[in-house]
Amino acid sequence: MQTAQTYRLHFTVLFLVLVAVFLVNLSVGSVSIPLNEIFSAFIGKGASKETWQYILMDYRLPKAITAMLAGGGLAISGLLMQTLFRNPLAGPFVLGLSSGASLGVAILILGASAFGGFFGTILLSQWSLVIASALGSFLVLLAVLAVTFKIKDTMAILIIGLMFGSVTTAVVSVLSYFSNAEQLQQYIFWSFGSLGNQSWQGVLILGICFVIGLVLSVFSSKSLNALLLGENYAKSMGLHIKRATFIIILATSILAGSITAFVGPIAFVGLAVPHLVRQFYKTSNHLVLLPAVLLCGSLLMLICDTVAQLPFSEFTLPINAITSLIGAPVVIWLLVRKRKLFF
Amino acid sequence: MAPEEKNIILQTQNLAVGYANKKGNSVVAQEINFSIEKGELVGLVGANGIGKSTLLRTLTGMQTALNGEVFLNGKNLKEYSSFQLATQLSVVLTEAPSSKNLSVLEMISLGRQPYTNWIGSLTEEDKKAVNLALEATETTALAQRKCFELSDGQMQRVAIARALAQDTPIIILDEPTTHLDIYHRAYVLKLLKKLASETQKTIFFSTHEIDLAIQLTDKLLVMAKDETYFGEPCKLIEAGRFDTLFPKETIDFDGKIGRFVIKN
Repeated sequence: MQTAQTYRLHFTVLFLVLVAVFLVNLSVGSVSIPLNEIFSAFIGKGASKETWQYILMDYRLPKAITAMLAGGGLAISGLLMQTLFRNPLAGPFVLGLSSGASLGVAILILGASAFGGFFGTILLSQWSLVIASALGSFLVLLAVLAVTFKIKDTMAILIIGLMFGSVTTAVVSVLSYFSNAEQLQQYIFWSFGSLGNQSWQGVLILGICFVIGLVLSVFSSKSLNALLLGENYAKSMGLHIKRATFIIILATSILAGSITAFVGPIAFVGLAVPHLVRQFYKTSNHLVLLPAVLLCGSLLMLICDTVAQLPFSEFTLPINAITSLIGAPVVIWLLVRKRKLFF
Repeated sequence: MAPEEKNIILQTQNLAVGYANKKGNSVVAQEINFSIEKGELVGLVGANGIGKSTLLRTLTGMQTALNGEVFLNGKNLKEYSSFQLATQLSVVLTEAPSSKNLSVLEMISLGRQPYTNWIGSLTEEDKKAVNLALEATETTALAQRKCFELSDGQMQRVAIARALAQDTPIIILDEPTTHLDIYHRAYVLKLLKKLASETQKTIFFSTHEIDLAIQLTDKLLVMAKDETYFGEPCKLIEAGRFDTLFPKETIDFDGKIGRFVIKN
């Protein structure tokens, strides 16, 4: 067993690694920017080339921050769902949030033709995608929360979430069937996920949602620990199950919903990072897991983004593919090496 | 009407337990009357399906009574909030904790939840209570082990330690001796006996070990098919209350030796 001090040391090291990867992430890309130029841009002197300054401040910095927020947030919401539903397969999207977001975006993109050419192009600006996706998630969230109030059984909530997911996926299929190739391609590109092209306002909104979700999660850590013993034990220790469930679902929805709205449905991080962390720390104590999952999630997403932007080339690979390509082998390797799933 | 005697800590009046549904109530057991005093070890025996678990679930507030009242410390159970109840009554359930990835120490520390702050950090007082629980159940040596590494017997001791750490005047256990070998069955029951007499905790447990329960408990609640009987084990034997528990042609109670014998 590790003591509080070792944990603190680990988290400090993880944080330093995160900072290092953050700097590397800013430096590499289609144009590589030397580290000392990045520092001088930060301290307000500005980079020696104006293009570097522009690339850094308006493209790479918001992208790197978005990556960290998205990675950490998704990983935390995955952890919350895995504990709440006592299911190692649960992730941030088990309750159908991403399907809701997909539906919103699908209606926007695939339905845009219905609004006619010129109006359609206005609708397809970046903000409208964010709003459509957020609205979709929000509707699913409301439905799930309504169900949470009515139903006692947590497992029933899980199944109902999956059903909401299937229904929205079905509607998306019908919409796709009636749309043309160009629209389909646009929709599929959205579903690949993208960290780039974030405005500073977007990053700010995402950051606010992230902080709210994070605070709710930290406040839930005591209930989450109680839930490790099962609902009956948790109740016998004075936990208000319904209220705790409500707050946990709300936190997940705010985190996963806002992230999906800005970067698209990135599924893998939320499922895998909690397992990675548990496998490494061999504990279920959420006071340890929460900070560890937050740091590792941010780190993994930042590394994936660094790889995805393919240093020295003009291409950027879809982030959704990279997270799985890098993350899955790590999870498999850990499981094979330890031969046992800690859950 | 609240009970008047001071020492009585848990009492029922015409309690009926079962499940409420739309078509009406399905009563599992009714007319249950007993009063348990402080520091008593009380067993609950009866055949499978007679309603032992349902009764325990009702007493612990996990389900509501169909009829009648339960009094805890002279106050009606209905008037307790789940938080207040958590400081009065702790449980050991038949279900295993859903995560066995906790260390024994972490698991037992969770018992302190009703007393810890919003994030659940342990004060010196909490740590003291956890250590006492470890000592009382002789699990101190296991403290750093993970729950999945424990044997059934060790796990049961840890579960009891968690309830002890919750530091409540009443502990209710649902079949604490299932899945244990005969040594551990005796060990667990003797441990409960010791806890009841040394710490003045009231301990109420259901069991199928009628023989052991007769030897160890202060009082027994016998749930037979139509009636429940409550009293000291020897008086229950005299009154022949165990005779009707099971079908006579298979197994019969021998009052002289205080145990069941198989009929040929």
